Amino acid sequence: MDWTSILANVAGELFHPVTAAYVIAAIGLNVHFGLTGLLNMGQAGFMLIGAYGFAITTLAGNSALTGFLVGMAAAVLFALLLGMPTLRLRGDYLAIVTIAAAEIVRLIGRSTSMTWLTGGNAGIAGDGFKNAFHATCLLPEGDTTVLFWTYSNCYSNSWWLRIVAWVLVALLCLLVWRLMRSPWGRVLKGIREDEDAVRSLGKSVYSYKMQSLILGGCMGALGGIVFVLPQAVQADSMGRPTTFFVWTLLLLGGAATVFGPVLGSMLLWSSLMLIKSVMRDVIPATVLRTEQIESFSFVVVGVTLMMLIIFRPQGILGDKKELSINVR
Amino acid sequence: MRSAVVHGVRPARARAALVTLMLALLLCAWWAPPATAAAAECVPDSETACISGRIRTAAGDPATGVRIVVEGQGFAGEATTDADGRWSVAVSEDGEYTVTLDTESLPPGETLRNPQDNPRTVTADVGASTAALFPLGSASSPSPGTSESPSDPGTTSPDPGVDVEPGAEDSSRPGAITFPRVAQQFTSGIIFGLLLALASVGLSLIYGTTGLSSFSHGEQVTLGALAAYVFAQLMDLPLLVAGILAVVVGALSGYAQDAGIWKPLRKRGMGPVQLMIITIGLSMALQYTFQFFFGGGRLRISIATPTSINVGGVIIAHQSLLSTAIAALALGGVAFFLQRTWTGRATRAVADNPALAAASGINVERIIRLVWIVGAGLAALGGVLIGLYFNVTSWNMGGTILLLMFAAVTLGGLGTAFGALVGSIVIGLVSEMSSLVIPSDLRYAGALVILILVLLVRPQGILGRAERIG
Repeated sequence: MDWTSILANVAGELFHPVTAAYVIAAIGLNVHFGLTGLLNMGQAGFMLIGAYGFAITTLAGNSALTGFLVGMAAAVLFALLLGMPTLRLRGDYLAIVTIAAAEIVRLIGRSTSMTWLTGGNAGIAGDGFKNAFHATCLLPEGDTTVLFWTYSNCYSNSWWLRIVAWVLVALLCLLVWRLMRSPWGRVLKGIREDEDAVRSLGKSVYSYKMQSLILGGCMGALGGIVFVLPQAVQADSMGRPTTFFVWTLLLLGGAATVFGPVLGSMLLWSSLMLIKSVMRDVIPATVLRTEQIESFSFVVVGVTLMMLIIFRPQGILGDKKELSINVR
Repeated sequence: MRSAVVHGVRPARARAALVTLMLALLLCAWWAPPATAAAAECVPDSETACISGRIRTAAGDPATGVRIVVEGQGFAGEATTDADGRWSVAVSEDGEYTVTLDTESLPPGETLRNPQDNPRTVTADVGASTAALFPLGSASSPSPGTSESPSDPGTTSPDPGVDVEPGAEDSSRPGAITFPRVAQQFTSGIIFGLLLALASVGLSLIYGTTGLSSFSHGEQVTLGALAAYVFAQLMDLPLLVAGILAVVVGALSGYAQDAGIWKPLRKRGMGPVQLMIITIGLSMALQYTFQFFFGGGRLRISIATPTSINVGGVIIAHQSLLSTAIAALALGGVAFFLQRTWTGRATRAVADNPALAAASGINVERIIRLVWIVGAGLAALGGVLIGLYFNVTSWNMGGTILLLMFAAVTLGGLGTAFGALVGSIVIGLVSEMSSLVIPSDLRYAGALVILILVLLVRPQGILGRAERIG
C-alpha cells in the first residue's frame, strides 16, 4: 500500500475548493438552522441558482464580478420566493417546501426545454464560463508544486481558486462571528429559542426570519459558485444528496458555532477520501467494484447523519444547551 | 403547540406575488425557446431515445395533424405532426417499438404509399434518434415530390424566422391538445395516482400516528420493487408469488424498523424534527445500500412483452389494468379497515389524539407498530406495481417519487388516509396531464409547484381540518 499517496490525497481534500464550497454552503445553512432555527432542506437549490446565475452571466461575456452579483441577486429572489409563503408555517412544512423548491430548480435546470439557457441535462461545460474567473488571477501562468500537490496556478482546479475560496471562508467565518455577537444575531437566537418571547418584545419575527433566509441563501449561492469553478455546472450534481451532505457536515462540526462548518467539511471529505482510498487499495476490484466503494461511502454519510442526531446532536464543537432541534 | 396568533405581512400580496413568480418560472420554461418548440420536442439524452420522422404530402408539403401511435416495452405514447410535418416520441427503453400511423388523421385525399408498412416496427436506442418513415402518395406511381428523407431530429434546425411569432406558436407546437391525447393522459394520471396512493397512504398514516415526516418512505417503495425483482428474476418465481413475497418483505421491514429504530427513539423523547433528520440519514443509507447491491442500472421485474388493449382510443396495457385493480382493492381494504374494524377506529383515534386514545384503553404502541407494518407493506405493493407500470425499477425509484408522495399527502391534508388518496390522484393527474402543456420532463416539477401553491392557499390540505400549522 502506498501510504504517501493516500495521505497526500487525504490531506489534499482538506484544502480542496469543493471542501471550501461545502464550508461556505454550510455557513449559510448555519445562519438558517444554527442561528435562526429554520429547517432549510433545499440548500442545494440555492447553490444551483448561484451556479447558474454565475455561469450563464459570465458565459455571455461579463466579468466574474458581474456573474457573482447576478448569482447573489438570483439567490435573494429565490429566498424571497420561498420565504414569503413558508416562514409563517411550522418547521416541517418549511422543510418540505424548501426541498420541493430545490427539486423544482434542478428539474427545470436539467429539462431539455431549457437547453438553450442551462445546457439541459448535459449542463454547462467548464471551459466557457471559467474564463471570467481565470481573468481575475493574480498569480503568474503555469503550474506550481507545493510538497505533494501540483496544480495549475490559474486555471480550473487551481491554486488561485483555492486561495480565493479559503479567503472567502475566512471572511464569512468572521462575518458570522460578528453577527452572532450583534444585536441582530441575538434576535435571531431569540427566535430560535422562543418566537413568542421575541414577538412580545415588539420584533417582527417574520422579517428577521426573511433576512436570515436571504443571508444564508446568498452564502449557499456563493458556495455553489465555488463548487462549480473547478468542474462544470450540472444540475444533477447539486440534488438532494448535496443538501444532505451540507446538513451532515454542519451537524458533524457543530451547528451554531463559528468553526463547526469548517471542521465538519474538512473532516467529512478527508475521512471519505481515506475510506475510499484504503478500500480501493486493500480490497481487490473483483470483490468490490469502484462504484460500489463510492456507494459505500454514501452509506457511511447517511449512517453518520443518523448517529449524530441520535447520540451527539451538538456535533464536535457545539454546546448541547445551545442547540435544541425542535418544531417551531 | 404555540399560540394561535398568525403574524402576516400582507399575506394576500405576498401570495399574489409568489403565484405570479411561480407561473413566470414555469412559463419561461414553456414559452421561451422557439428553437426547441419548433423542432421536435424529443431530444435524445442518456435516458431518452427518440422515435421521430417527418411526413409530407404527395405534393411535398408538410402534412400537419397526422396522429402517430408508438407502443412497446411497456410504453404507449403518441404524437401529432406539427406545421413542418415533424413528429417525435420520447421513449426511455431500448428495444423494438410498433409505430402506427392513424390513417383517419391524414389530410384529405392523402394515402400511404406503402400501406403494408403501417404499422411498422423500429428499434430505438437510448441516446439516439430513430426514424420511422411513412411516405405518402399513390401506391402505384411514386410522385417525385414525396420526400422520404427523415428530418434528423438530432440536428433539426428550424427555418429561421418561422414559428417565432407568438401567433404561430399554437399551431407549431408539437402535440397540440387533442381529445385522444387528453383522454390518454387522463387515464395514465388516474392509474399513476392510484399506484402513488398505495405509497402515500402509509406515509400519511405514519405521520398521523407518530408525527413523523418519514423521508425514508421512498426507500420502502424501492425495497418492494427490488424484492419483487429478486424473487421474479433472480429466483425465477412466478410474478404473483414474487409480488406477494415482496409485500411480506416490506411489511417485515416496517416491523423491524419500528422495533429497532423508532420505538427506542420515541422512548428517548426525541422531537419530530430530530426524527425527520434521522429518516433523511436512513434514506441516504438505504438508497446507497440498494445501489451497492443492485448497481446504478435499470432493472425489470417482468421481462414479458406487455400486451395492451384499446378502449375508445386510449391504449392501456393489460398489466396496468390489473395493477390498477389490485391497487383499488388494497386501498378499499385499507378504507374498510379504518372505517369498520375496531383496530381501524383505534388507529384513527391515535392519529387524532394519542394521549386521549391511550387514556381510553387503546394500546398506542401496538397501533403504531401495526401502522408501520401496514404502511411499509402498502409501500412495497406500490413499489411492485409502479415498477411493473413503468416497466423499470432502479435503486433510486422511490427517491424520485418521494416528493410526489409528500405533495399528495400535504395536498390531501397531513395525517388523513383518505386525504392521501385524493391527493395522490390529483398529483397523478397533474403530473400526467401537465405534459400536455409543459415539456414532459418537467411534469414532476408541475406537481411540486402545486404542492407549494396548496400550502399558500389552504395549508391544511383538501380534507384536512383547519388548525394552526404555522
